Amino acid sequence: MYQVPTQSLTMDEKLIFEKSKPGKEGCSLPREGMVSSGLESGIPPSLKRTAPPVLPEVSEPEIVRHFTNLSRCNMGVDTNFYPLGSCTMKYNPRVNETIAQLSGFRDIHPLQPADTTQGMLKLLYELERHLSLICGMERFTLQPAAGAHGELCGMMLVRAYHKKHGNGKRKKVIVPDSSHGTNPASAALFGFEVVVVPSNERGRVDRGTLDRVLNDETACLMMTNPNTLGLFEDEIVPIAKLTHERGGLLYYDGANLNACLGKVRPGDMGFDIVHLNLHKTFSTPHGGGGPGSGPVGVSKEIVRFLPSPLIAFNKGCYTLEDSSPDSIGRLKLFHGNIGVLVRAYAYIRSMGSAGLAQASEDAVLSANYLRNKISKAYDVPYNDFCMHEFVASAARQNLKGVHAGDIAKRLIDYGFHPPTVYFPLIVKEALMIEPTETEPKETLERFIEAMLAIAKEAEENPDIVKKAPHTTVVGRCDEVLAAREPTLCYQAPK
Amino acid sequence: MDIPRDLKYTKTHEWIKRDGTRIRIGITEYAQKELSDVVFVELPKLGQDVLQGRAACVVESVKAASDIYSPLSGKVVAVNKDLELDPALVNKDPYGRGWIFDISLSKQEEINSLLDANQYDTLIHQKA
Repeated sequence: MYQVPTQSLTMDEKLIFEKSKPGKEGCSLPREGMVSSGLESGIPPSLKRTAPPVLPEVSEPEIVRHFTNLSRCNMGVDTNFYPLGSCTMKYNPRVNETIAQLSGFRDIHPLQPADTTQGMLKLLYELERHLSLICGMERFTLQPAAGAHGELCGMMLVRAYHKKHGNGKRKKVIVPDSSHGTNPASAALFGFEVVVVPSNERGRVDRGTLDRVLNDETACLMMTNPNTLGLFEDEIVPIAKLTHERGGLLYYDGANLNACLGKVRPGDMGFDIVHLNLHKTFSTPHGGGGPGSGPVGVSKEIVRFLPSPLIAFNKGCYTLEDSSPDSIGRLKLFHGNIGVLVRAYAYIRSMGSAGLAQASEDAVLSANYLRNKISKAYDVPYNDFCMHEFVASAARQNLKGVHAGDIAKRLIDYGFHPPTVYFPLIVKEALMIEPTETEPKETLERFIEAMLAIAKEAEENPDIVKKAPHTTVVGRCDEVLAAREPTLCYQAPK
Repeated sequence: MDIPRDLKYTKTHEWIKRDGTRIRIGITEYAQKELSDVVFVELPKLGQDVLQGRAACVVESVKAASDIYSPLSGKVVAVNKDLELDPALVNKDPYGRGWIFDISLSKQEEINSLLDANQYDTLIHQKA
């Protein structure tokens, strides 16, 4: 039987500012010989500081211990199994890090002359070719800084495409009710009107409703395949055909591409625009704010609208080329989040095409194994063969007053990062579990044991679940107070 | 579940109180319970035109951000500024101090499409 570890970490919860005492120093700068650079003479007096900034004053060992202890409170894929649905928290091989740290990639500047950065440009050029091949698209822009930025880029491309074809009145974007929240948000942010279509009893897009809402006002249909229930939209080909017949474009949210590598390509399914989350599928440490990378791939008809510049290869030289006059323009300074792009390239090259296909197969196998075992104690509302993730429900445990969020917190006590909870919105008390391909069977078994043990606790001793976690430095925070009265900056006591 | 008899309702869980052509709008007891603790209400703008069934403002809880659909068409003539300071009024007193906005009704006939207390009661019990 798996033993719940007892609390192993104690920490004073003081902020670094609260540890500060006037006169303490973390590093000693020379008292003399510091020469003013003279730069400040160019700064207008109105922009100059009049008082020194309020910075904490602590000794070097205090700083080291403060941040080391904070990092020990962290739970990440390097310390724990991290089955966060729809976020693909796979293990990130260290070789990608080593390559991203190579001086020729790390120490160059984007404004250097192109003839001194040929290696980097070649990498970006080849990465674009690899992504195009993996997704069945014509070309990619590597600029978008994350998934949602990629979606915004996609919406700009949709509008540019329709405008060019004299269809400016196409103002509606259709999303399934299982879609990622960013899909309708990106569409609305760019001024489209969002239309939601329900899922059918099989957890797929309802074609009947889709048929009724697709019309000459439709700009685009945004889909994720597999969808957020982890189910493959098996009617995607007729859906694509119908969308195109009505003059709309089909957009692919690549958050769930980890199920598809080397198996099925968005381009072949009929998608016109695709964004990828390189940090998910192509292995960059993420969570906690990035950086991410959300390249956008397009079909032949949309290449002319891609952001500028694109990378070209002419006469043995890699260059940056401004794309066509129809381009939507620049989306980000320089070339995007370059470190993530280098890691994605290293990942793709080290895995190879057979390795990528194997990764998707293993991800799907792991998810189905967990689904099968966990469904003995939890409801799985759309209990169909799943892809790389599945959605369970705590509805049964809810009868004893235990919520999905409580189960998530209790999993921390068992040494696991919680899965995604309360999403997708169409499943009550949702627990969205994505094991990824990088976990050995032993880890999956331990996770199953923990889930079954928690189900038993919910039945026999629900309080232990409702009050979890019991092993962390901080237990339950007051989420309501934090949202109602957010204090985002340190406020010194008066 | 509290469903005042003198109010009208929508399928999307707004309540409507009528005073001549002036209409007061809020969300129901059931809706606030489903949303859980409300942390922010994005009020509509004064003078803004709203259409029946279209999003007029947003209520944000710890669980979700939800559009509030205008039950009727008209012009916004008042908004509940108290919610800016204390959004929890929506939870504490959904039919009273937790009201969200008032409109002056522009299409009289739309009233007929609203649910009465009995119909709304049936609706939420089908859901549960």
